[in-house]
Amino acid sequence: MTEKHETVLRSASKEVVIGHGRRFCLIGERINPTGRRIFQEQLRNGDMSAIERDVRAQVEGGADVLDVNMGVPLTDEPDLLAKAIRMVQGLTDLPICIDSSVVEALEAGLQAYEGRALVNSVTAEDDRMELILPLVKKYDAAIIALPNDADEIPMEADRRLELVQHVVDVATGEYGIAKGDIVIDPLAMPIGADTTTALTAFETMRRIRDEHGLNMTCGASNVSFGMPDRHSLGAAFLPMAMQAGLTSAIMDVRTPQIVTAVKAADLLLGHDEWGGSWITAHRARQAAVAG
Amino acid sequence: MTPEEILQGLYDETLVGNGPRVLELTHEALGLGMEPQSLLFDALIPSLEEVGARFERGDFFVPEMLIAGRAMAGSMEVLRPLLAETGVQTIGTFLMGTVKGDVHDIGKNLVNIMLEGAGFEVIDLGVQVAPEKFVEKIQEHQPDIVGFSAFLTTTMPMFKANMNALQKAGIRDDVIVMVGGAPVTQEYADAVGADGYAPDASATVKRAKELLEQKRALVSA
Repeated sequence: MTEKHETVLRSASKEVVIGHGRRFCLIGERINPTGRRIFQEQLRNGDMSAIERDVRAQVEGGADVLDVNMGVPLTDEPDLLAKAIRMVQGLTDLPICIDSSVVEALEAGLQAYEGRALVNSVTAEDDRMELILPLVKKYDAAIIALPNDADEIPMEADRRLELVQHVVDVATGEYGIAKGDIVIDPLAMPIGADTTTALTAFETMRRIRDEHGLNMTCGASNVSFGMPDRHSLGAAFLPMAMQAGLTSAIMDVRTPQIVTAVKAADLLLGHDEWGGSWITAHRARQAAVAG
Repeated sequence: MTPEEILQGLYDETLVGNGPRVLELTHEALGLGMEPQSLLFDALIPSLEEVGARFERGDFFVPEMLIAGRAMAGSMEVLRPLLAETGVQTIGTFLMGTVKGDVHDIGKNLVNIMLEGAGFEVIDLGVQVAPEKFVEKIQEHQPDIVGFSAFLTTTMPMFKANMNALQKAGIRDDVIVMVGGAPVTQEYADAVGADGYAPDASATVKRAKELLEQKRALVSA
C-alpha cells in the first residue's frame, strides 16, 4: 500500500496535522473579498474590521485553519495581505492558509506569517511552479497544487492524475519539497453546470489517495454554486468526498449543518475514537441551550 | 398550430429548456412559412431575456439557465443559415474569451448566445485565453469588439495585461474592448481603460450595439 503522507501546519503556538485516517481539517473560507462588495469597499478604504468578525465566527464554527485572501482590485495586494495576516494572527492561534494568485502577495504574506503556512496555490504550469515553489521551500511552507495547466481544467481523472504526477515530480525533484507538504486540490466544479463533475472529483480523490497517499483539499462551496439549498449540498458532498479520500476542505465553517455533517463522517470513518469529539460537541450544544 | 401558438410555444419551451421541442417547433414554424427573424426576435430572444431576469432575481438556477441556452442554440443552428440567406446582416463581429488563469465560462456562454441572438457573429476563444492569444486572434479575425471575461478578483488584473498586449501590438484602437464578469464594476472597467462594461448578458448586448453605433458614426463622420 502507498505510504500516506502527513501535512504539518503551525501558527506561533498551535500545530495542526492533516492526514488520511485523521480528523478532517476544516479550513475557513470566509476571509475573502471575492463576491463581497461591501467588504471590498471597506478594505479599499483601509477598514479591516470585518476580518475580526469573520475570524470570531469561524473559530466558533469549528475551523482548524483560516484561509486569508485579500484579492481586492485596485489595491496594493501584497501590503494588504501582509497586514491581514498579522491581524488574524493577533486574533487567533489557528494556522493560516495564505491565498493569492499574485506571487508578490504570497511572498509578502509568507514574510509576515509566524509559523508554517499552507500556500494557496500553484497550478501544474511550469512557469507558475518556477515562481511559487522556491518561496514554499524558502519559507518552509506547504503548498496546495491544482492539476490544471494553461490549456484546460481536465474533465477526466486520468489527465488530472498525470498533472498531479508532474507537480509531484517537479516539487520533490527540483525544489526538494517533501511529499507531505504537497496538498492536491482534486478540483470540485459546480454541480449545476454539469452533473457528472462530482463523480470525476471523487474518482480523482480515490486515485490520489491510493496512488500517491497525498493530502487533499478543495473549495467545497464551489460545488453548490448556482444551486438552491447550498447548505444541504455541502453537507452531502463533504462526507462523500471524505470517503473518497479528501482530508481537508476550504469551506463554509459558519454553517452548523455542514460542519456537523463533517464531524459525523469523521466518526463513521473511524477518525473519532469512541466518538469522543462527537459526544463532546453534543454536550457543548446542550450547555449552550441550557445556559 | 397557428403562428401565434408556435411563437408562444417556442417562448415557453425555451424557458424550460426543452431542446427537442424547441427544435420541432422551429421546423414546424419554418414549414408554415414563418420568418426566421420572427422566431428569433418574437420568441427566442424574449424567452432567454426572461431566463436572465429570473436568474438575476434568484428564481432560476444555473442548470435551468444552461438548458435554456442550449435549447435556443439548437434552434439557432437551423435558423442561422436562413437568417444569412434572408439578408439579415451580421451587425458585427464579437471576439470573446475568459482571461488567462480563469476557467469560468457559464456567464460568458450565456452572453455569447444573447449576442448571437441579437445578430452578432461570435467567435469564442474559450477559457484561459492568454494576452498573446487575444492579440493573435484579433489580427486574424479583425472583430469589431473584443470581450474579456473574468469571474475572480484574482484574475481581473488580466484585463490590464490584455490591454497592454493590445497596445504593444499596435491594435488597441482597431477594436472596441468590453469587459465583464461577476466581480467587475464600471469603475474597474474605466480603470483598465476598457471602452465598455455591462453587468449582465442582456445589458452586454445593448452596450455592444451602442458602442458599435458610436464607432461607426465616428468613422463615417
